[in-house]
Amino acid sequence: MTTVKLTASALAIAAVSASAAYARDNVQVAGSSTVLPYASIVAEAFGENFDFPTPVVESGGSSAGLKRFCEGVGENTIDIANASRAIREKEVAACAENGVTDIIEVKIGYDGIVFASQINGPAFSAFTPTDWFNALSPKVVVDGALVDNPYTKWSEVNAELPDVEIAAFIPGTKHGTREVFEEKVLEAGCEETGAKELLEAAGMEDGCIAVRTDGMSVDIDGDYTETLARIDSNQNGVGVFGLAFYENNTDKLKVATMDGIAPSTETISTGEYPVSRPLFFYVKKAHIGVIPGLKEFAEFFVADEIAGPDGPLSDYGLVADPDLATTQGIVADEQVMGSNM
Amino acid sequence: MTDASLATSGAPARKGKSLVVPDARTKRRNAAETRFKAYGVAAIGAGIFFLVVLLSAILINGVGAFQQTFIQVPVYLDPAKLDKSGNRDPEEMKKVSTFGYSPLIQDALFAEVQAQGVDTPLDSAKAMKEMISASAAAQVRDVVLADPDLVGETVDFQILASSRVDGYLKGRVQRADVARDKNINVEHLDLTDALREKGIVARRFNMDFITGADASESRAEQAGLGVSILGSLFMMLVVLLLSLPIGVAASIYLEEFAKKNRFTDIIEVNISNLAAVPSIVFGILGLAVFIQFMHLPQSAPLVGGLVLTLMTLPTIIISTRASLASVPPSIRSAALGVGASKMQSVFHHVLPLAMPGILTGTILGLAQALGETAPLLLIGMVGYIATNYPDGVASGFLDPNSAMPAQIYEWAKRADPAYYERAWGGIIILLVFLMVMNIIAILLRRRFERRW
Repeated sequence: MTTVKLTASALAIAAVSASAAYARDNVQVAGSSTVLPYASIVAEAFGENFDFPTPVVESGGSSAGLKRFCEGVGENTIDIANASRAIREKEVAACAENGVTDIIEVKIGYDGIVFASQINGPAFSAFTPTDWFNALSPKVVVDGALVDNPYTKWSEVNAELPDVEIAAFIPGTKHGTREVFEEKVLEAGCEETGAKELLEAAGMEDGCIAVRTDGMSVDIDGDYTETLARIDSNQNGVGVFGLAFYENNTDKLKVATMDGIAPSTETISTGEYPVSRPLFFYVKKAHIGVIPGLKEFAEFFVADEIAGPDGPLSDYGLVADPDLATTQGIVADEQVMGSNM
Repeated sequence: MTDASLATSGAPARKGKSLVVPDARTKRRNAAETRFKAYGVAAIGAGIFFLVVLLSAILINGVGAFQQTFIQVPVYLDPAKLDKSGNRDPEEMKKVSTFGYSPLIQDALFAEVQAQGVDTPLDSAKAMKEMISASAAAQVRDVVLADPDLVGETVDFQILASSRVDGYLKGRVQRADVARDKNINVEHLDLTDALREKGIVARRFNMDFITGADASESRAEQAGLGVSILGSLFMMLVVLLLSLPIGVAASIYLEEFAKKNRFTDIIEVNISNLAAVPSIVFGILGLAVFIQFMHLPQSAPLVGGLVLTLMTLPTIIISTRASLASVPPSIRSAALGVGASKMQSVFHHVLPLAMPGILTGTILGLAQALGETAPLLLIGMVGYIATNYPDGVASGFLDPNSAMPAQIYEWAKRADPAYYERAWGGIIILLVFLMVMNIIAILLRRRFERRW
C-alpha cells in the first residue's frame, strides 16, 4: 500500500501547490460567445507567428467574462474580456472596487444580425421593424388603440409577407444579441407604430420590448445551431442569426432584408443595414508587461492584416471597422477608458 | 403458478376428457406463452434495430472526418519575400508572418494549375485563396524556419484544402448551394474536379484528426481530437489514482472491519444514494469547492479528474463491496484458523480473490467518467479551444484543456458544417475508447473470475 499512499500524497501536494506556484506565461481570454470565433482565429494566428504560447480563449458570455475580468489583478485572473456590447458603468464600478482601474477598450469591428428562414420555406424576403413588433409584441396598435395582439399569421401583419403562421425563434434574454434585437428592431417598430406613446401612457415603460408568450415566439437560450435545428424542422420558422453563422450555412438558410437593405459586410459597415452592433474586447492594463505577449496579442488583434477588410476575421463574417486606425492607436498608446472620452 | 393450481383444483371438471387434446383453457395458456415469447423477440428486435440505426448513423456521418482533402503543390520559396537580407537567419526570418507566406502558396497553386494546362476562368493567384486552408501558410513557414537553407528552392508540399473544397469532394457542399456562399464559387469546384483528375487534389486518411489540436472556426479542416484525448487521459489518471485506493480502502473497511450499526447503515444508504446523484451536481460542487474555494486553475484536467472522482467513487465502492462479499466466508475462516490476523486474512486471501471484480468495476466506472460531459460544463472545460499540447506532466494536469466529450459538444455547436462531421467522427473515437475499456473489463472477468 505504500505506492498508493505515495501517489495519494503526491497528488494532494500537487493540488495544494497548484494554485500557489503556478506561473502563467500565456494570455487568458474569456467572454462573449459571439466574439469567441474571432478571438480564437486571432489566437491561432498569434501562436503561429510569435514565440509566445497560443492564448487561451474561453467563452461563457459577455457578462460572465466581464465579471471574471473584474475579479481583480493578478495571475489567477483573466487578462482580456470579450464582449458583444460595451462595458456597463456598473461593471466599471465593480472592477474599480476590486482594483481593476485601468481598462483599455478595444473595438474590433461590427457584427450583423440577420433574419433568415428555411431555404425551401415560404418567401420571407423583406421585413421591417414594424412587422417584427406587430408580430411579436403582446400589445399592438389597431385603429389608434392598444389591443392584445390579434395577429396569428405574417400576412395579417403585412400583406406582402407569406400567409403562414407566425413562428419566430429569437435569442433568449441571456444573449447579448437579444439586447440588440430589442433595441434596433422591437423598439424601432414600437415607435413607428405609435405603440410607444400609448404604452407609456398606460404605464408600461418596458412594454416595447415585451414579447408575446402564446408560443408564437420562442426564446432560444442555446446558440445559433439550435435555432438552425428549429428552423430545419419547421418550414414556416423565421430565426435570428449572426451574419457569420448565416454565411456558413447558406445551403440551409435564406436571408431577408430589413427596411429594404440586404445584410452584408458592406451595408453593415456603412451603417445602412440597421441591425448591427460593435464588438469589443477589454484589456487589463495592469497585466501589460507582466503577462508575456499580452500587448502584442492586443495589437495583433486589431492589425490591418487581421481585422482589416481583407483579413481572416472579415472572411469569417466580422464587419471591419472603417475607423480601425484609431483603435490601433488606442492599443499602441495603451489609452485607458475615460482618459480622453 | 396460479394457473397451474387452478388446473389441478379444476381437475374434476376434466373428467372424461382427453389429456392429449388440449381444451380451451390450455389453448389459452399456451397462446399466452407464445404471445409472451413474441413480445420478447419483438423487444430484442427493436433494441437491435435501434442499435443498428444508431451505429450506422454514427458511421455514415462520422467516417468522412477521418479523410481529408490534400493538395500536392510545389512551392517556390522566394528569397525576395522570405529573407530580404539574405542572411538565412531564422530570427530575422521570423518577422515574415504567415500573411507573408499565403501569397507564395497561392502563386504556387496558380502556377501549378497553369502548368497542368487546366482550363479555368480563375485567372489570378488571389482567386486560389478559397481553395487553400489557412493552415497552409503556417505549415510552410514552420518548414522554412526549421531549415532556412530551403529558401530559394522549390519544395513539394502536401497542403490541406479548404473545408469547402473538402466538403465538395465528400458531397457535403452541393453545386446548387454555392451560388450564395461567399467562401467558394462554382469555378473553384470545377477546378477541384479538374485537379482531382490530374491527381493534384486527393483525399487520404487524416491522422491529424486523431492526433491534432483543435482549430479556430475558420479552419475546420485542421481540427483534431489529439489535445482533448490527452486531456481525457490526464483526467482518467487522476480518477484512477484517487478513486481506486480510496474506494477499495472504504469498501474493505465497511465490508470486513466495521461493526454493523446504525452509523454504518447510514453510510451505506448514502453511498447507494450518491451513485444515483445526477453528475451535474458533482460539477457544481467542484466549481464551488475546487475552483472558487481552493482556487485551482479553471478548465484544468486536475479539477475535472477530482470532480469525476467524486462521481466514480460510489460506483467503485459498490462494485468492490459486492466482489468482497462474494468471496466465501470459508476462505476467511480458514485463514483465521491457521493463525492469520484479520488484516492478513483480508490482504493475503480475500482481496486477491476479489481483485478481478474490483478491477472490472473500476474500469466500468472509468468508462462512465470518460463519457461524462455535464460536470465539465461547469468547471470550464467546455467553451475552451484546445489548441495547445501540454508540455509536460505538470502542465498536463494544470494547464487548461478540454476532454473528448466536451470537444465533441463544442464542435457540434460551431457554424461551419464541416465541424458537424468532425463531431460525429469524434464520437466514433470516443466509442472505440469505451469499447476497448469494456472489452478489457470483460477479459479480466473471464480470465480471473472464480466461482465457488
